[in-house]
This record gives sequence, C-alpha cells and structure tokens, in this order.
Amino acid sequence: MNGMKPSGVTQPAANQPYRLPPPLFSARCTACWFTTGILALVVASFWSLDLQWRQFLSMEALRSMGRFVAEFFPPDTSTAFLHKVIVGTWETLAMSVLGTVLAAVGGLALAIPASRLHAEDHAPFRGFTRWVLNALRSIPELVWAALLLISAGLGPFAGTLALAFHTAGVLGRLFAEAIENAPAGPGEALRRHGAGRLKVVAYATLPQVLPQLMSYTLYRWENNIRAAAVLGVVGAGGLGQLLAFHMGLFQMNKTATILGAMLLMVALVDALSHALRRGLTR
Amino acid sequence: MRTAEGVQAVPQRDPAWLGRVAWILTAVVLLWPLGVATEFKPWVLFERDNLKVTAQFLGTFLPLAHSGEFLEMVARETWRTVAMATVGVALALVLAIPLSLISTRVLSVSALSGRMALLASLVRTGARWLLIVLRSIPELVWALVFVRVVGLGPTAGVLAIALTYGGMLGKVYGEILESGEAQPTQALLRNGSSRLQAFFYGLLPTNAGELTSYTVYRWECAIRSSVVLGFVGAGGLGQQLDNSMKMFNGGEVATMLLVFVVLVALADSTSAWLRKALA
Repeated sequence: MNGMKPSGVTQPAANQPYRLPPPLFSARCTACWFTTGILALVVASFWSLDLQWRQFLSMEALRSMGRFVAEFFPPDTSTAFLHKVIVGTWETLAMSVLGTVLAAVGGLALAIPASRLHAEDHAPFRGFTRWVLNALRSIPELVWAALLLISAGLGPFAGTLALAFHTAGVLGRLFAEAIENAPAGPGEALRRHGAGRLKVVAYATLPQVLPQLMSYTLYRWENNIRAAAVLGVVGAGGLGQLLAFHMGLFQMNKTATILGAMLLMVALVDALSHALRRGLTR
Repeated sequence: MRTAEGVQAVPQRDPAWLGRVAWILTAVVLLWPLGVATEFKPWVLFERDNLKVTAQFLGTFLPLAHSGEFLEMVARETWRTVAMATVGVALALVLAIPLSLISTRVLSVSALSGRMALLASLVRTGARWLLIVLRSIPELVWALVFVRVVGLGPTAGVLAIALTYGGMLGKVYGEILESGEAQPTQALLRNGSSRLQAFFYGLLPTNAGELTSYTVYRWECAIRSSVVLGFVGAGGLGQQLDNSMKMFNGGEVATMLLVFVVLVALADSTSAWLRKALA
C-alpha cells in the first residue's frame, strides 16, 4: 500500500456515463479506411473492365456453353489415344520431378552465398544472390516457359527448365532462411578449429537443416505437378500441350479425357501426400 | 584440461565419402528415365544455332522499350491486370461466402443435439464436393474453356479466377470457421438465434482477422495468375507479353518483365503490410 489516493480517481463512477455508440466513420478508424479503399478498388475495377456480361449471360451464350459441355461426352477412350494420354501424364510427372530436383540443387547452390552463416560473416554476395532469387521467383513458371522456348525449343525440356528456374527462386529463399536460422553451435565449433566456409556448411549446417529442406522440396513438388500439367499450354510438353492441341482442334471428346487424366493425377498426388504427411506427423 | 595428446588428428578425407558417392549415383540412375522422358538435353542450349538465336533475342533486351505510346499501353494493361484480379476475387467471394456458410458444421442446429440430420449432412457434403471440383481444375484450363465461350478478353480471365478462387476461398473459409472456438456460436444457437445471427455475432467476430488476411493473400496470388492467364488470350499484361515474345521484340519483353516484377513486388508488400495491420 503506498498511501491514500483521492477516491474519485481510482473508483469508477457508480453509474457509467451514458455513452453513444462510436460514429460510423471517423478519421482515425483504420477499418473504415481499409473498407473504403477496397470498395473503391473493386468499383473502379468493375467500371474499367469492359466485361461482356450481356454476352455471357445471354441465352445464346448459355446455349453455346451447354453445347460445349455436351460435346465433352463421351470422352475418347480408344486404346491409341489412352496410350498417348498415359505418355503425356508420365511426361508431366517426369517434368515435375526433374524440375524440382534441379531446383533444389540450384536453390541450395544459391542459398549458401545468400545466407549469413554467423554473426561476423560479411557474406559479400548476400544482397546480390537474394536479388537473383527474387527475380527468379517473381516470374511465374509459365512466363519462364514461354521465354525458354526460344532457346530450348518446343517440348518438355523447356517446361522442365521453366519449373526449375521458378522453383529455384522459391526454394533458394526458403533454404537461405532455414540455413540462417540453424543453431550456430556446431558451425562455431568447426570454425574454431579452422574449418573453411564450405566445410562448415557441408558438415555442420547442412546436416542440421536437411530434414527441413527436404520437406520444403516435397511441398514444392506437389505444387509443381499442378504447374507442370498446365505448362504445356504454351508448348512446353506434358498433358498441357496435348490439351491445348486438341482443344485448338475442337476435339472435345479427347479434351475431356485429358482433363480427366489431369484431375485424377492431381487428386492421386494430393491423397498420397496427405497420407504421407499424416504418417510422418504421427 | 586440454592437452596436445587429447586432440585427435583431424581426418583429411571425409569418412563417409563412399556412402555419399553411392547415394548420388543411385539418384542419378533413378533420375535417368525421367531425363529421357523430358528430353533433357542441356547441350541443346549451347548449340551454335540456338546460342545465336538466344544471343540475338537477349541482345534486343537493351535498350528497354520506352516510347511514350508503349509505356501508356503498358500502364493501361497493368491496371487491367490488377482490375481482373480484383474483380475475379470479388466474384469469387460471391461464390465462396454462401458455399462456406452452407458447408460449415459449426452452424448446424441439428448437430447441437448429437448427430447432424441426414439432409443437413448431405447438403454440407455436396457443397464441399462442389468446392473441391471448382478448386481442382486449374484456372488456366477454365480460362481456355471460357475463351472459347465468351471470346478473347478479360471476361474469360475474370471468370476463370472467380471459379478457381471461389473454390479455394470457400474451402479455406470453411476450415477457418471450424477451427476457431465454437462455444460462443453454439451458445447463441442454443438460445434460439438464427444461423445467420449466430454467424454474425458469434463466428464472424472471432475469425474476421484471419478471414480477411487470407483473402488479401489470395488477391496477391490472383494478380500473379491474371498475368499468366493473359497468355491464353484473357487480356492484360500477359497477353501483351505473349505478343511481344512472338514478335521477338526483346526491348518490349524486357520492359514488361520489369513492370511485372515490380507489380508482383508491390502486391507482395501491400498484402504483407495489410495483413500485418489486420493482425
């Protein structure tokens, strides 16, 4: 107890003064500004895009939509075509695996110069490699594929490289964070004994973060299967290329089969990874 | 105490090198068929003809295209890209909010007294399946379909984003609503409030921050994918980029890539800032 206080200050008033509800809009209300800004953005967007609702919602469009969907059935299940689809699916899976592996190797190679290994580490290339990783990451796979078609030619090779470039950016950044957050003790011990930067990374840092790197890579692989399925739309191989080809020729029965294969593949991979993760976390 | 004899001689060779080499060899052997399937021939990149084409294309990157007319076009298309993403997400909300309200188990009245009624559970499962189907078709495929129906232009892109993102948002909204604390909502329901009342006064206040921040994050993703959708003819920056690439106009490609990278970085930081402000 530190002395008496004037009773009027500490004790609440016997009756709370009647308070008005807060005004609907006040200059200090962040949520109001936030909502206003978003509403303005949405209204401006609707207003500035010449959306053809009339064309889309007209009876004519609905009818053509119906016809379009009806053409999907029955899906083409002739053996020759199914064989083609299976080859395409295998190609897509191969693209995703190889692209992810290349990305993991490349990402690791970039992540080591991009991370500060200990407090006194100057890491002279940190800024530059981080910038490269950001550039690799912010260009989507599909744009990479379109760019790489020029030097790698049509086909799955361009798609694989495109996946590898974008994913290397994503994984490199995650890897660098993981390496910087690794416990410093083992690395410090090696450094005290005079081990060089490369040896410290190889024998102290990497063994500690390897499980984390693996799980990041697996997660990206899952993403890359979806991406690989559609990369072919610009001509980079796999199921997407088949899809774009047959849709361009208006062969809707074949398109339906390809779409079915795509959905099945993604669903299977999802189920598999879900089961794996459940098995790993238990 | 440390003495000179106590310190062991440091091995000069990695003691586990045999195992490492074996693992790398196994990986290469396993990856070989994949390389065959993807026609993985890196040396193709360094063939004389290819190198010449690549060098020519890269050589035209500089100087960047910067004529007033072109920059005006890029600015217009950039805005269209952002607008497509915004309209797409707005329409996705129209789809996602009702579906997630229908599919949420927390808002079930019959589940309060033990098991959910058969009809209610059927409707909820149906809504969930609809969300899964919407989500699992990639937006690029939706865009290809809609380009056939409504023709080239932003409508196809907007619809593609609306459907895919509607599925994603609906699913995640449902998960967020169910992961939070259910007691306030159940108390309201038990005391006779309607389901919408229980949502607005019980469920929404506890989860509003998380729901908004996920929506903002998805808007950021939508900006990225609306550029990609342009490549199949859905308008915006992507379509112009595709055109310039087909014309081998390196300067224009370089400018647009730069604008795109800046746009993504801006959306990234805006969304990070908004999510931090909301948290």
